[in-house]
Amino acid sequence: MDYEFHWNVVFQNMPQLLNGAFVTLHVSVLAMLLGVVIAILLAIAKMNNTKFFSQVATVWVEIARNTPALFQIYMAYFGLGAFGIHLSPYVAVLSALVFINAGYLTETFRGGFQSIPSTQYSASKSLGMTSIQSYRYIILPQMLRRIYHPMTNQFVWSILMSSLGILVGMSELSGTTQRLQSLSFRTLEFFIVAAVMYFVITKLVLFGSSLLARRLFKGEI
Amino acid sequence: MISVQNVHKSFGDLEVLKGVSLDVNRGEVVSVIGGSGSGKSTLLYCINAIEPINSGKILVDDVDVHAKETNKDKLRQKLGMVFQQWNSFPHMTVLENAALAPRIVKKMSKEEAIEIAKKELEHVGLGDKLDVYPTKMSGGQQQRLAIARALAMKPDYMLLDEVTSALDPELVGEVLDTLRLLAEEGMTMICVTHEMGFARDVSDRVAYFHQGVIAEIGEARQVITDPQNPLTQKFLSKVR
Ligand SMILES: Nc1ncnc2c1ncn2[C@@H]1O[C@H](COP(=O)(O)OP(=O)(O)OP(=O)(O)O)[C@@H](O)[C@H]1O
Ligand SMILES: [Mg+2]
Repeated sequence: MDYEFHWNVVFQNMPQLLNGAFVTLHVSVLAMLLGVVIAILLAIAKMNNTKFFSQVATVWVEIARNTPALFQIYMAYFGLGAFGIHLSPYVAVLSALVFINAGYLTETFRGGFQSIPSTQYSASKSLGMTSIQSYRYIILPQMLRRIYHPMTNQFVWSILMSSLGILVGMSELSGTTQRLQSLSFRTLEFFIVAAVMYFVITKLVLFGSSLLARRLFKGEI
Repeated sequence: MISVQNVHKSFGDLEVLKGVSLDVNRGEVVSVIGGSGSGKSTLLYCINAIEPINSGKILVDDVDVHAKETNKDKLRQKLGMVFQQWNSFPHMTVLENAALAPRIVKKMSKEEAIEIAKKELEHVGLGDKLDVYPTKMSGGQQQRLAIARALAMKPDYMLLDEVTSALDPELVGEVLDTLRLLAEEGMTMICVTHEMGFARDVSDRVAYFHQGVIAEIGEARQVITDPQNPLTQKFLSKVR
């Protein structure tokens, strides 16, 4: 082991790395929010009796869950590019992550919804609640408890997968790291620091998520 | 008064209620007995407007339950219902279970709702479980919670669908005691039950359901101990 570590150059470039980390968080949060909205629609479509809607949803879910994320990102960036639709690296990665998040979360939401027995609905109706009240107070809160952890995991997954942005020249944490190490040749140092930053980010997300769960679910989880 | 008048009800091609008529007066306890699939639960669901009917009429205090203009959510406030499978809301404490509907349906203040809920929970013997989550309780306790939750809406009628038949045998007694207490206090009840002793001792009248019709109805002790219809006789000799 003759490698000599030189950390100085890494610390000098800290502002750029932090900026990259911010972009990583930014794209993951956005991919999660959009993914959730689309997944709600797809889950409803999938449970819908209209064949067309449920088939569209099924195709989406199957492709998203059974092809590599790398492929999705390439399709968004190079694939659409071939048709003259040129997305920026950021938008390409964002679209791919939204596509995959929506696919996985659709199944999470559908499973969560179907795991609530229909008798919970009749019980709340029998107390005089309207349908909206039954969903608001009885069905959705129970569903949220069941999908909360899978959603957190999906978010962490998004953060880590956004590192594939490196392949299309996106300036998130990995892309920034790649660029800085190639300028300075301190490959190991930069990638070690980047790995630590990913670790800290995901740990913070998990910690925040469990704090929030404790507040939302009053120690029930 | 609940008045069921010549009600027919089908699920697809299957006619489940084939002309059922039954009047239940205020303060009266009527037990409904009968074989599996004879339509007992369906009758309760029709009274509570959870299931629509095909023909006939059901009046609750002279309001036509199934008329288009009837506000069914409002009507259900009068009709407490308890199901075979205790449907406690698992994400809420015992107290929250019982206080929710008074608060959001009757728009009571939080304090008022909690007070009523506490009172009804003490009523069924759950006064020491207020902050417990229902999943931590036995089936019998959860079923008593379901009863208290319905009572907290101050219903005029209680519809009980085999509330003891999913319970372990040793837990049946505590729930029947609670129902007995309600009957003594003058609550109007329709109880679908497989507990013949309960039907005989607690109810005023017993109706025997057979394949979607009331094959026999009469004074409770008489129907249970001295049934007139051969079908009732056969049913009772089997369940004993
Ligand atoms: N939602 C439904 N859709 C289709 N058929 C139904 C439905 N609910 C009940 N049935 C059928 O209607 C018939 C009567 O059912 P019901 O539940 O009223 O019987 P029950 O007398 O309560 O029987 P049990 O003692 O088993 O509870 C049964 O044949 C049942 O399969
Ligand atoms: Mg039944």
